[in-house]
Amino acid sequence: MLKLHKTIESNSALLIFGILIVASIGGFVQILPNLFDESLRKGVENLKPYTALELTGRDIYIREGCVGCHSQQIRPLVAEVMRYGKKSVSGEFIYDRPFLWGSKRTGPDLARIGGKYSDKWHKLHLIKPQSVVPESIMPAYPWLAKTQINANSIQAKLQLLQKMGHPYSDLQIQNAKQNLTSKTEMQAIIAYLQVLGTY
Amino acid sequence: MDKKLYYTDSATVFLLICSMIWAIIGMFAGVYLAAELVMPWLNFDIAEITFGRLRPFHTNAVIFGFGGSALIATAYYSVQRTCHARLFSPNLAWFVAVAWQISMAVGLASLLLGYTSSKEYAEFEWPVDIAVALVWVSFGIVFFGTLATRKIRPIYVSNWFYGALIIVVAMLHIVNNLALPYSWMQSYSVYEGTQDAIVQWWYGHNAVGFFLTAGFLGMFYYTLPKQAGRPIWSYRLSVVAFWAFVYTYIWVGPHHLHYTAIPDWLMTTAMVMSLILLAPSWATMVNAVMTMSGAWGKLRSDPGMKFVIVSMVFYALSTFEGPMLAIKSVNVISHFTDWTVGHVHSGALGWNAFVTFGTIYFLTPKLTGVELFSKRLANIHFWIALIGVLLYIIALWGAGISQGLMWLSLDDFGQLKYSFIDAMLVTIPYHWIRLLGGLLFLFGTLLMIYNLFKTFMAGRLTKPVLVKIPPVHKGYEI
Repeated sequence: MLKLHKTIESNSALLIFGILIVASIGGFVQILPNLFDESLRKGVENLKPYTALELTGRDIYIREGCVGCHSQQIRPLVAEVMRYGKKSVSGEFIYDRPFLWGSKRTGPDLARIGGKYSDKWHKLHLIKPQSVVPESIMPAYPWLAKTQINANSIQAKLQLLQKMGHPYSDLQIQNAKQNLTSKTEMQAIIAYLQVLGTY
Repeated sequence: MDKKLYYTDSATVFLLICSMIWAIIGMFAGVYLAAELVMPWLNFDIAEITFGRLRPFHTNAVIFGFGGSALIATAYYSVQRTCHARLFSPNLAWFVAVAWQISMAVGLASLLLGYTSSKEYAEFEWPVDIAVALVWVSFGIVFFGTLATRKIRPIYVSNWFYGALIIVVAMLHIVNNLALPYSWMQSYSVYEGTQDAIVQWWYGHNAVGFFLTAGFLGMFYYTLPKQAGRPIWSYRLSVVAFWAFVYTYIWVGPHHLHYTAIPDWLMTTAMVMSLILLAPSWATMVNAVMTMSGAWGKLRSDPGMKFVIVSMVFYALSTFEGPMLAIKSVNVISHFTDWTVGHVHSGALGWNAFVTFGTIYFLTPKLTGVELFSKRLANIHFWIALIGVLLYIIALWGAGISQGLMWLSLDDFGQLKYSFIDAMLVTIPYHWIRLLGGLLFLFGTLLMIYNLFKTFMAGRLTKPVLVKIPPVHKGYEI
């Protein structure tokens, strides 16, 4: 064995290929089957792709880095299901590119936040979180209410997602820009939050 | 003068200086984030510095700016010495050094402006990703080119680790960042939902495994034997540990997704492999400690060596804690809490930053031709940094375990015992201690930079250091 290694460690090409092969095995076994696993791509019943407004809201959620403090993944634990709702399943996320499960809960999980609070509450909360949750350490996002949605790329976004297999109709894509006119970023992110976990 | 007879270290010096600048920027951002958690008014309603945008700025600045520059710098330095060869294409080496800094600067600025792919430690958007990939491949050409033109037959162990860093990070970076653009700075991942999560944490944990571990082990395997003046205790152990490490690490990513919507078998393989990973990790640590036997006395006189040895202690701690956190029943408590953050920092501060500091204290006199400006100051840095990192991780153990237990607690009637806010309030005192720990660590780094600055200034008065490539021992020629 050590003799074999003498050969490998005296030949940089062998070492490169050795590393490449040994390091690839785990990835092949763990990732490839899942890329072709149709059961992971099957949506839960009644799940609809994000509307133009919700998608815009989701991209604002991404832009502001909300995922740094809020998860969107409910684990199958008694306390967790009691706190946030029924456990998350793969089929709920088929329209999520990128996924936003998060890795840290500085704030609570948002996987099923939709419908739990009114639009008005969300607006007050995003403008000044401490106005509705006095102990909150969340930053305020007042600029969302003052900023009009930039709708320039919405058609490109929907066309791209359509190509990736999200079921948007051509009519939806045509009307997308219109649907966003004179809407604020606040309205978009609230639309996104309100649809989370509702299907 | 025939340049080919000499090593070339100018790019190394440049990269080390950049690395220190990123250290200050990145660690300051980290301290500011820690302060935002206890004083939310520090967000000032300014989008660019709110927690959500500043956090990826911090992680990318310290990992790829500070860590990346230090890794490339030390790879350039050590690959020449261990190959008895001048860097392959010093011009390309300089291109890598400068282009890396530009990519980082553009990428980090774009994160503050809100351009993010949101995948952890891979937040840069597609144009920056492409730039990083090109620079990385060029780095590979310089490194493997030097290996190919070496004068000594065996390839030293530090180079296997740097090699694994270059190859595997290239693979991870390209596969995880596959996305289709919808504008010049924005894109959507080619993977959807659950698949995206699986690919991301295959990347995410191996960014830790190959960037923050393999790369820094390369640094360590060069620096420690040099400082101790002794060869590695068991070369055979380093061979076994290396291949076990490269094979096993790749499997452990899904332990970041325990109890989520991914297939169950993935969690199980990841958990088992995480536990197995303890063996190669600790083999390296044992090798380090045994290499030191007979040289412990040097710790008294060499502050750089203190950093390197203590880095091994934190390496052992983190590579023990990691597999424990990967056990599903422990992960139930730790996941989504501050415990994870503490674990990352025991690795990133205690292991990565310490081994980097030790190596830079070791290299600076060699690169400048003068003694370190103040050993006393380096010693003070050591103790301040050590207290800082200990405060940090102990505080977050407290915060994380409290949170984890309170979230899951039920009362006698089977109802949730604590609200989310209850569990959040408990962490605040711990977060203050963590802020203090971070501040101490940052202060220590500032002391180091002052020390290095003074040394470099003194070095400018002397002749530039030129090291002639020594002949290879008989019997080891290629």
